Amino acid sequence: MNKKYGYFEHDADIGIIGRGNRLEEAFESAAVAMFAIMADVDVLHCDELIEVTFEEDDNEFALIEWLNTLLALAHMKHLALGRFELQKEGNSWRGKAWGDKWKKEIERGTEVKGATLTMLSVKEKEDHWEARCVVDV
Amino acid sequence: MNMNLLEKIDDYTWTIPLKAGEKRSGILLYGSEPLLKSMDNKVLEQISNVATLPGLVGEAMTMPDAHWGYGFPIGGVAAFDADEGGIISAGGVGFDISCGIRCLRTDLMREDLTSTDLTKLADELSRTIPAGVGREGKLKLTIDELDDVLRGGAQWAIHHGYGVGEDLSFVEEMGKMEGARPENISQLAKERQLGEVGTLGSGNHYLEVQEVAKIYDEKAAEAFGIKKGQILVSIHCGSRALGHQIGTEYMVSLAKAATRLGISLPDRELACAPIHSPEGQEYIGAMNAAINCAMANRQVLTHLTRNVFEGLFKGVNIETLYDVSHNTCKEEMHLVNGVERTLWVHRKGATRAFGPGHQDIPVGYRSVGQPVIIGGSMGTGSYILAGTKEGEERAFSSASHGAGRAMSRHQALKLWKGKQVIQDLAQKGILIRSASMRGVAEEAPDAYKDVDLVAEATEKAGLARRVAFLKPKVCIKG
Repeated sequence: MNKKYGYFEHDADIGIIGRGNRLEEAFESAAVAMFAIMADVDVLHCDELIEVTFEEDDNEFALIEWLNTLLALAHMKHLALGRFELQKEGNSWRGKAWGDKWKKEIERGTEVKGATLTMLSVKEKEDHWEARCVVDV
Repeated sequence: MNMNLLEKIDDYTWTIPLKAGEKRSGILLYGSEPLLKSMDNKVLEQISNVATLPGLVGEAMTMPDAHWGYGFPIGGVAAFDADEGGIISAGGVGFDISCGIRCLRTDLMREDLTSTDLTKLADELSRTIPAGVGREGKLKLTIDELDDVLRGGAQWAIHHGYGVGEDLSFVEEMGKMEGARPENISQLAKERQLGEVGTLGSGNHYLEVQEVAKIYDEKAAEAFGIKKGQILVSIHCGSRALGHQIGTEYMVSLAKAATRLGISLPDRELACAPIHSPEGQEYIGAMNAAINCAMANRQVLTHLTRNVFEGLFKGVNIETLYDVSHNTCKEEMHLVNGVERTLWVHRKGATRAFGPGHQDIPVGYRSVGQPVIIGGSMGTGSYILAGTKEGEERAFSSASHGAGRAMSRHQALKLWKGKQVIQDLAQKGILIRSASMRGVAEEAPDAYKDVDLVAEATEKAGLARRVAFLKPKVCIKG
C-alpha cells in the first residue's frame, strides 16, 4: 500500500484517495485527505470530539455520507478536523472525529463544499482497500 | 478535447455526430476551436450523457467556458419539458445553488482613488467581508428567521435594513424566487447556514473592485449606467453551506429515486427525477429556497460593501447594476420551432441571457438586453455583456459565466506559491487580500482559461455581445 491518502487530478475540483487495510480505514484516510485541503491536519490540536452515526448498505454511498456528515458537523461546530475513527457493523456505521476550533494560528486552505458522486469508487485491491471521489471546492 | 469527435457547424458552433445505434438528442458546443481544444474530453462524455435524459427539448449544450463538472459539465445548458417526462437534476444545478455575481456601480472614477485609498479600501473590505473557510458572518439567525430568508430572498434582506428597495429591480426575480419550500430542507442544512448569511466563502469566490477599462457597446453601456474609468464592484458567491448541503442530500436521494423510477442514468451523478414527481417537486422547492438564500447573501454583502465605501468616501453612491445567478434551473417560456413552450432550463455554470424586449429585464435595460457577467480570475479582468435575440434562439437565452479553469488545482499548486502570486499582481496594480495562501495559488490567474477568448467566443457564437471590460484593482478572496 502506498501512502494512506492522496489526490488525483480533476479540472475544477479535487479528487481524493483514502487507503487502508480495512474498508473503514480507507474511509478514515479519505476523511484526512478531504480535511487536509482545508487545514494542515498535522498541526491541529485534535481535542474536540464529534460523533457520527448513519445507516447505509451501499459502500459508495456510505463514503459520501461519511464525508458529507463530517463536513456538516465540522462546519456547525467551527472545527478543523484532523483525526478519524470509523466502525461498521452490518449497515450501521459509527464514527468519531477529533479537531481543533478554527483560530488565527491555523492557516486556512480551500473550503470543501461537498463530496460528490464523481469518480466515486470503493474497492478492495490486492492488499488494501481504496476509497475515492471528487470533492467540490 | 479530441476535435476529431466533433463536427463543425460554423466557426463557433460544433456538434457531436450520432454513432450508429446511439440513442440521444442532439448536442451543440459553442466556442472557438482553441477553446474547445483546451477542454477535457470529459466535457464531451458528460454532455453526451445529458443528451440521453428524458424530456430534453432541442439540444444539450455547452458554453465557451465549459469544463468537466460532476454529472453535467460546468457550462452546461439543457431544457426539459415537464409534460414530456422532463426531469430536474441536482447535478444539473450544482452544489452551490444560485452561485452568481452581483455587480455594483459606484459614482467614483479611477482618478478619484489614490493608491493609498485603494490600500485602505482593500484592508477595510478584507476586515468587513467575512471570507474563507471557517469564517462566520456577524448575522446570527434562528431557524425560524432562516426560514424567512429562504422564503424572502433579497427582499428579506432589504426589509431588515440590508440595502435599499431600488436594489431589487436589478436582481433576477426581483430578489425573491417564488415556490420556495424551506420545509423541504433538512434541519442539518439549515443549522449549517445559521452563521453563514453574509459570508463570501472560499475557492473561486471573490469580491473585486474593478475599473471599467474598455467599452465595446456605447448604447448598452449607457443603458447600464457605466462609462470608461468608472469604479464597479463585483461580488461572486452563492448559497453557502445551505446550498452545499441541499446538493449533497438531494444528489443521493435523487440518484436512488431515478433507479426506483426506472430512469436509466449513464452516470449516477446525473441523479434526477421527473419534474412531475414528488421527488422532483421536493427538490424544486428546496432549490428555490436556496436561490433565495443566495440572493439574500449577496444582498447582505452588498450592504457591507456599501458601508465600507461610505466610510472611506463621503457621499459616494452605490447602486446595483445587476445580480445574476449561474447555477439554477428555472421555468421559462421559450420559442421552439416557432411554438412557445414552458421549459425548465438547467444552467450549470451558465448565465441567463435574455435578449432585448424581454419582460423580465429591468425596464431601463430592456432596449439592449439583460446584463450578463463573465467573472474573471483575480488578475485577468471581467466582462459585462448583454443578452441577444440570437442567444434566445440558439441557447435558450444562456451565455458563459466565467473564464473556466484551464488546469487542476493540484497542477496550480505545483506551479505557484500564494505569496508570489500576490506580489506579482501587486506589481500590476492589483491588491489581493486573502486568508489562504493555498487558495491564492490554486486560483492563480493563469490557472484559468483566457477570459478575453471566452468573452469573444460568447459574442461570436451569438450568445451575448460584449459591452464592457473591467480591470481588477482590489480582490478579496476567501
